[in-house]
Amino acid sequence: MRRLQALLDAMWGDRQADRVVPPTGHTVWLTVLTSGAMAFLAVFALALSLATGRLAERWGDSLAQASTIRVSAPAEQADAQVEAVMAILVTTPGIADARALDPAEQAALLEPWLGPDLPLDTIPLPRLIEVTSDGSLDAEGLRLRLTAEVPGAVYDDHTRWREPLVAAADRLRALGWTALALIAGTLAAMVTLAAQSALAANRQVIRVLRLVGARDVYVARAFTRRFTLRAALGATLGAASGGLAVAFLPAADAAGGFLTGLGFQGAGWLLLPLIPIFAGGVAFLATRSAAFRALARFE
Amino acid sequence: MIELRGVGYSYGGGNLLSGLDLELTPGSFHFLTGPSGAGKTTLLKLCYGDLKPTAGAVTIDGRDSRRMDRDGLARMRRRIGVVHQDCQFIDHLSIHENVALPLTVAGRDVAVEAANLEQLLGWVGLSRRANALPPELSGGERQRAALARAIIMDPDVIIADEPTGNIDWDMSKRLLSLLAELNRMGKTVLVATHDLALIRAAKAQVTARVLRLAGGTLSAGTEL
Ligand SMILES: Nc1ncnc2c1ncn2[C@@H]1O[C@H](COP(=O)(O)OP(=O)(O)O)[C@@H](O)[C@H]1O
Ligand SMILES: [Mg+2]
Repeated sequence: MRRLQALLDAMWGDRQADRVVPPTGHTVWLTVLTSGAMAFLAVFALALSLATGRLAERWGDSLAQASTIRVSAPAEQADAQVEAVMAILVTTPGIADARALDPAEQAALLEPWLGPDLPLDTIPLPRLIEVTSDGSLDAEGLRLRLTAEVPGAVYDDHTRWREPLVAAADRLRALGWTALALIAGTLAAMVTLAAQSALAANRQVIRVLRLVGARDVYVARAFTRRFTLRAALGATLGAASGGLAVAFLPAADAAGGFLTGLGFQGAGWLLLPLIPIFAGGVAFLATRSAAFRALARFE
Repeated sequence: MIELRGVGYSYGGGNLLSGLDLELTPGSFHFLTGPSGAGKTTLLKLCYGDLKPTAGAVTIDGRDSRRMDRDGLARMRRRIGVVHQDCQFIDHLSIHENVALPLTVAGRDVAVEAANLEQLLGWVGLSRRANALPPELSGGERQRAALARAIIMDPDVIIADEPTGNIDWDMSKRLLSLLAELNRMGKTVLVATHDLALIRAAKAQVTARVLRLAGGTLSAGTEL
């Protein structure tokens, strides 16, 4: 508790230490504005990272165990072939669940692509069987058995099209985190420049403070307080507007797939208040190191 | 208190000061004279740790100034009151706040010391100017404010660099009597000045030694 108090003191500094440095007018707003813009961007980078993370997880998990068997046969043989496949599946080890999709379900799957009015029943569609493995399924063995016993059945493992999607999602997530790191770095650079110009403009103040016995931490605090507060204030505004923008993204329907995921879900929203805290921390560290470097020029 | 042994100093060119030996004993009063450019300010800066000797050693309260870290230097400065040649104020703070600055940066509660502060400002005759900003003060008022700031922490040593540099004679005498009074209270005082009239005027008030700095060395002072 005491240490926390000490840390907070170091970040906020005290008002008196703040008063010894003259206010700097409009440059104050440059720091607030920069920090706000960075926080706004950070919200989107964060949303992207979280959404692609969820996506990769969903595709990775649920689809890893799922596969499809497609049965193409003339309409009068279709039912028999489907039954034959189901019979094989029952005796195959490693199958957790197998279910033939009924025609209505198949129609629903195609509707987003072909429209609701298409007379699907006049088109010879292959029948689909959804297979969930328990992880120990010998896919190659099943494929061979099907070819031998039900010539119209094709075993379709989802791995083929799932893997590039998962890889793409992972890459997007990595890009999101990289963007966040770049945003933090840019904020640190901006605050460093602003702090350096404030330190240079206040050479005389720093000199006097040192001459009357101020320790380096005291002088540094006079500067860290204002830059920490400005960055935190800017980031609060930026994160709030970014959060609103994400919350009011036009809702895409289920078919939107990827886009529906972009945003925050549940506890993800709790990350937003962390942005100003993090920005304040970055500004604090940047200002502090700039101040100590500047102080080295004064005895 | 402050001791110089074989001290030399160079700003990079030739040796400005060399082979200086000096001891400021508690309660002593020293004048440091010498022509302009002789190195008086430099010598004073060596005494309060603003400069580190390039030869020999300066010991302040028993500690070698070169071995003091930055925080140690800050703490030492709270025990030595300095009136700088150019005063050195923070221009956007009032005289009141400037004089209280050593308390503030040391983390002391200025409100607790408010009575002391008022008394001190009265003593240097600045009660009515307490809320003025430093640039609004006359030369003499600035010097007195600088003296008040130098002693607000109740230091054992007071070092003043040309405190009467650009003020009229009456004001100079007033400042001198303030310094003499501090010395009678037991403080060690070191004053750099090239004003010989001031040194003569001090004769009546204090027992002081005069050190003469010329050609980089100190010549034995005369007792006043
Ligand atoms: N920071 C500095 N860098 C280089 N030379 C300096 C510096 N400060 C003072 N000097 C030189 O050292 C000499 C002594 O200066 P100073 O100690 O101020 O003398 P005084 O106070 O006796 O007039 C002068 O010639 C001055 O130009
Ligand atoms: Mg001088």
